[in-house]
Amino acid sequence: MTASEKQHFDEMHAPDGSVREAYRGYQDWLSGQEDGMMRRKTLEAESFFRKTGITFNVYGEDDAEERLIPFDMVPRIITGGEWRRLSKGIDQRVRALNAFMHDLYHRQEIIRSGRLPERLFRNNSAWLPQMVGFTPPGGVYTHITGIDLVRTGPDEFMVLEDNARTPSGVSYMLENRETMMAMFPELFSKVKVLPVSDYPRRLAKSLAACAPEGASDKPTIAVLTPGIYNSAYYEHAFLADQMGAELVEGSDLRVVDGKVQMRTTVGFKPVDVLYRRVDDDFLDPLTFNSESMLGVPGIMDVYRAGGITIANAPGTGISDDKAIYSFMPDIVEFYTGEKALLPNVDTWRCADPDSLKYVLDNLAELVVKEVHGSGGYGMLIGPTSSKKEIKEFRAKLEADPGNYIAQPTLSLSTCPIFTKKGLAPRHVDLRPFVLCSPDGVDITPGGLTRVALKKGSLVVNSSQGGGTKDSWVLDD
Amino acid sequence: MLGRTASGIFWMYRYLERAENTARLLEAGHRMTMTRSEDMAVQEWRSVLTTLGLRSAYETHYDDYAGAHVCDFVLRSKDNPENVLSMLERARTNARVSRTSITAEVWEAINEGWMALRDLLAKPVRESNLNLALGAVRRESTLTRGATHGSMLRNETYSFARLGTFLERADNTARILDVKYYLLLPSLSYVGTPLDTGQWDTVLRSLSAERAYRWLNSGRMDARSIADFLIFDDRFPRSLLFSYSVMRENLAELAQLHGGEAEVHELMRAADMRLNDKSVEDVFDQGLHEFLIEFIAGNQSIANAIASDYRFNS
Repeated sequence: MTASEKQHFDEMHAPDGSVREAYRGYQDWLSGQEDGMMRRKTLEAESFFRKTGITFNVYGEDDAEERLIPFDMVPRIITGGEWRRLSKGIDQRVRALNAFMHDLYHRQEIIRSGRLPERLFRNNSAWLPQMVGFTPPGGVYTHITGIDLVRTGPDEFMVLEDNARTPSGVSYMLENRETMMAMFPELFSKVKVLPVSDYPRRLAKSLAACAPEGASDKPTIAVLTPGIYNSAYYEHAFLADQMGAELVEGSDLRVVDGKVQMRTTVGFKPVDVLYRRVDDDFLDPLTFNSESMLGVPGIMDVYRAGGITIANAPGTGISDDKAIYSFMPDIVEFYTGEKALLPNVDTWRCADPDSLKYVLDNLAELVVKEVHGSGGYGMLIGPTSSKKEIKEFRAKLEADPGNYIAQPTLSLSTCPIFTKKGLAPRHVDLRPFVLCSPDGVDITPGGLTRVALKKGSLVVNSSQGGGTKDSWVLDD
Repeated sequence: MLGRTASGIFWMYRYLERAENTARLLEAGHRMTMTRSEDMAVQEWRSVLTTLGLRSAYETHYDDYAGAHVCDFVLRSKDNPENVLSMLERARTNARVSRTSITAEVWEAINEGWMALRDLLAKPVRESNLNLALGAVRRESTLTRGATHGSMLRNETYSFARLGTFLERADNTARILDVKYYLLLPSLSYVGTPLDTGQWDTVLRSLSAERAYRWLNSGRMDARSIADFLIFDDRFPRSLLFSYSVMRENLAELAQLHGGEAEVHELMRAADMRLNDKSVEDVFDQGLHEFLIEFIAGNQSIANAIASDYRFNS
């Protein structure tokens, strides 16, 4: 039996074909529309995206062509009640992650208590010795987190991944909503949806609240981008624009008089908060990768002297690690004193011989991922892979078991997309965006729904042919 | 404003202006060749290529001056890195780099125009759709300039946009005038000689000046008054004098915003003086070619000073 033949929870339709509560208002509206409307609107939306320049560059493509992320017009809808339960779990998880980061770089109580094996971070390149003993301004490590959730039943939401490095996709959350409101204004007057458009303002506020001591009331915020050839450049420019922040590249920044300063037309001007969209490794050629042209020589010294806030803090990438992920229920409990409200997906750590044996025996049923991988690359989805692919993957796994974890093939929920033949169910996930500052945790209602456009496919990553949907939280 | 962003804006508008002027030059050349003998047509295309500084590059790839070859080379050929499509690509890339400093209207104008051009120029341009492609180039530039005028704050960004536009425009007007004058020189004595009015008509058309000039001069065509018009008429938006008055205004805005002048303001004053103190008679006494070469070099120094004063690169 393959993944696509199983019975899946559908966001819109109950097994008996009736429309679930979240979609009632939408269905009312939809059934009043003429034939062909959706097709026409799809074309309209595409031309809207092209001209506004919402594009996505795909890694590994030679001609660096700007591609559109496919957008589907059927919203993913969550009721207010469902969202309230979810956001409690997310809030708890992000607080735990932040406390975990602080602990890992200070007393390491969680390791002393025996809850987390030391080897997990000792040999982990995402763990930065330069951060040991240092507390970032406001004590905040994970300023922006994207929590990837999957759903398998009415009340079964699980966390698939924590993205605490530089989670992307929030511009799509915002533009998808803008597009939907432009395409279907009457729908929004009929169905009340919680707004997302103030995310950039909330982000600016949250970042400002994390400014280093000595910064003015209105700290200078800048977004650091690797440049126009980066796959998420559109998003970097979009967020800077919406926040009224400067969009800077490494070559614009320099350490002058102990501050990180940007080169303006009238000379160098200090930056207080740097929302960086480059990886740790490229941040400072003097401290990390000396070949990096994307970063700022000496920024880590300024940072450690308390002269600038870097968001997210260097070294938070360790919480993206899939081996660490497998300990998240313990981590949440350790730092919050409560049971984790959002469960993890069952995970076998292949470093453990018993787990490895189980995984090798059941490769055809499991999803196997690289511990440090992302973007859906370097993984095996057993049920949809050929015997040859499984055999090749087995060799890689046996050669370096510690580099892999395995999870059951989840029965991800589906949500209808619009196809030429009408509505058809496709697998989805959900990435809410979470801000963290000394003022607290702030979650924008909804997030980014990614959808696998191929029938039966479970891979939702945009770099692998996934699309996106507008995600609604009902104001009920 | 970041120095790099100022540079992006400046170059975005320079490339747009350059693409527009190149398109207009091709349009005028094409029109000329339709009404002339084959010899004259070859001469005309050669002069278009000379004006664009592409003649030797062209001649390494072609041994004729067929209109289709020239247009393809100038508009889209991969053998010519300075082709119009790549100018527009660079304008758009600079717009992307400076995306946070331009409005959505400006971005959409340049992006949509570029998308249309990319499709139009995907295949070699035939004579039958040459005007369509050239019109599209001019339209992209016009729309972007209009969106800029209608939606952008009058701030530093706007000043760099105007500086880029008019610095490039002054350069292009001077070059067009120089090449045409140079080619015509042997058959031309200064006052009163009957001219090949068709040639001068091309000069005027290349600068979108034919209507204005005719209106002001009731049809009289001579080298002196055309040069006077293109250099000194402060009502004509592509004249050297007009371009420099816009640059002067915008440099003054920058000085005010930044609370002080820079090296470029000195250069601008000197250039203004060279221009304002002269009459067209002085220019012809000095030699039009010498005057224009000096002007183009001065213009380049102003561009260099803008880049260094406003920290475009370091």
